[in-house]
Amino acid sequence: MAFDLEAVKTYLAAYDGPPVRIMEVCGSHTAAISKLGIPSMLSERIQLISGPGCPVCVTPTAYIDRLIDLSMTEDCAVCTFGDLLRVPGSRDREVRTLNLAKGKEDKVYMLYSPMDILPLAEQHPEWTWYFAAVGFETTTPVYALLLQALEEQGVTNVKLVTALKTMPAVIAHLCENGAKIDAFLAPGHVSVVTGARAFRPLAERYRLPFVVSGFQGGELLTAIYGAVRSVGQGRVLNLYPSVVTEQGNCEAQALVSHYFQPCTAVWRGMGEIADSGMMLRPEFSAYEGGSAGLNRDNANPACSCGAVLSGKLRPQDCPLFGKGCNPMNPQGACMVSTEGSCFQYLTNHRDR
Amino acid sequence: MRITTAHGAGGKATGELIGRIFAHHFDNEVLNQMEDSAVVPASGRIALTTDSFVVTPLTFPGGDIGRLCVCGTVNDLAMRGAVPQYLTCGFILEEGLDSALLETLVASMAATAREAGVTIVAGDTKVVEGQGGLYVNTAGVGFVPDGVEISASRCAPGDAVLVSGDLGDHHACILSQRMGTQNGIRSDCAPLGGMVQELLAAGIQVHTLRDVTRGGLATVLKELAEASRCSITLEEAALPVSPQVRDFCGLLGLDPLYMGNEGKLVAVLPAAQAEEALAVLRRSKYGSHAACIGVVGDEEPGLLTVKTSIGGRRALDVLQDEGLPRIC
Repeated sequence: MAFDLEAVKTYLAAYDGPPVRIMEVCGSHTAAISKLGIPSMLSERIQLISGPGCPVCVTPTAYIDRLIDLSMTEDCAVCTFGDLLRVPGSRDREVRTLNLAKGKEDKVYMLYSPMDILPLAEQHPEWTWYFAAVGFETTTPVYALLLQALEEQGVTNVKLVTALKTMPAVIAHLCENGAKIDAFLAPGHVSVVTGARAFRPLAERYRLPFVVSGFQGGELLTAIYGAVRSVGQGRVLNLYPSVVTEQGNCEAQALVSHYFQPCTAVWRGMGEIADSGMMLRPEFSAYEGGSAGLNRDNANPACSCGAVLSGKLRPQDCPLFGKGCNPMNPQGACMVSTEGSCFQYLTNHRDR
Repeated sequence: MRITTAHGAGGKATGELIGRIFAHHFDNEVLNQMEDSAVVPASGRIALTTDSFVVTPLTFPGGDIGRLCVCGTVNDLAMRGAVPQYLTCGFILEEGLDSALLETLVASMAATAREAGVTIVAGDTKVVEGQGGLYVNTAGVGFVPDGVEISASRCAPGDAVLVSGDLGDHHACILSQRMGTQNGIRSDCAPLGGMVQELLAAGIQVHTLRDVTRGGLATVLKELAEASRCSITLEEAALPVSPQVRDFCGLLGLDPLYMGNEGKLVAVLPAAQAEEALAVLRRSKYGSHAACIGVVGDEEPGLLTVKTSIGGRRALDVLQDEGLPRIC
């Protein structure tokens, strides 16, 4: 499908049809949209809404607390990607985040790849090494690769604490719980793994367009155009065909289902959603780091993360936005991650 | 030889260390007097500044902490239009530091001082427990020529905003080193006094200068917009970033607008002189990639915006926190 980008821009700026609410589910989309200044190019009648697609932002406080406890337990160390370090759990100020716990015990390691845990575990065989396995369909295959390496190398002192999420169930949850979305930009990176087909049942059931989009300015504008033009139609539009296929990455899918099985997951501020997560299969319990039952979600009661993540409240309408909650002193996870909607709205001064 | 606490005790070992390394490389009439303080001639308006340097690793492609600690301080002097003249240095050495490495760093410092036209007239050395690290504080004095009034608060509507070269080189270089990534990115660490004097000598009415260090260009310009109570609008397509740094940032989810340099400045000056100033910068030793990147306006005071390459517009804020790599 070829689009004339200038015509697309003109159409989107001048659009005066019925108001359209488009949710971008992916945190990287939110970041790219903000960075490119796309909201400034759209008619007031086209509203972009940032969805629950930042894995850090949807992690409940009990999970953070568990990692902090592990990092302060004798002979245990915790490894994580960077974004999680500053997400507040529910503990005292002194150990509210992994970063603060790190200051106390120095057994928290920020890694760039889960595989980097292997040399650490070899260096300190007397410790048990826990990886904070957070992520969506995009990241889960990497944890599966780690598990494969652990099995092959006979490593017994590495475990995963999982908070893995999957997209289709949470999107269905949004559709059924009053988010009033007219179209979705389907997450680009997730779609690479799941294939465009993952969104077909949703499109058909809710009669909504799902547009698979890349991350460049032209790709995003074209996807928004595609979404506006398809409102009311239950269809999947793959506008990122250079990397997203109908079937997705079957090898990654097979590897993931070898090690993991679907489970009910808790989403920060949104509660339990059936079949919206992944957990280790029971036969791999040797690698289980105590992920079950981390359901408690004691965020700051004034924090509106849940309403923001489900598209019911704009970030700037949260009472804490930019007041008690800012990137230096985040109350909720949406203000921590550079892909969090509140972080993006605040740092880019987005008012729409 | 390894540095021990004896080298900081003030006795024989200290004297030997100073003589063999510091005095040997810094060698100048004022320092060689070895008095309690340096006495130097001065007149008119004096610019003073100080900065501490704690970079890891100590040496990196394109520079080392020795070059850095001279550039950082002379650049701060130059940003007020001052001609840098004198430096002092305070070293804090950690036990175990290799004296050969120390000498390399001191020699680099001496060479950079010569290049920048400053004399190192006083110094101090202490040794603390540790793991062979090194920290340096430098303080500098410069003379401000008559008629030069350069200040963060002087940006005015109608001015052009110029940057002297590619953004983010130093930051990307240090991050690459710390991550063990080999990518050919070199620090841009350089003294900028010459470039500033060339602008002034060409008769450019420079209103504001800032070196683009920690926090990156966006942080610097946001501070200037606030200090001058005016707005600044950038053209994203005009921002100079090397392909290597752009790729590196793309990989880690970093934004070159928030990446630090150690050898780049922004200059704010009347738009009518922008072309001439750009030519001066581009002829200068460290300014070959200089670009005109934006304009000062009279919208909301303190507002910094960038027109994006696809035609959108977004507001920029100061750096919010240390850039953490993204996870998906």
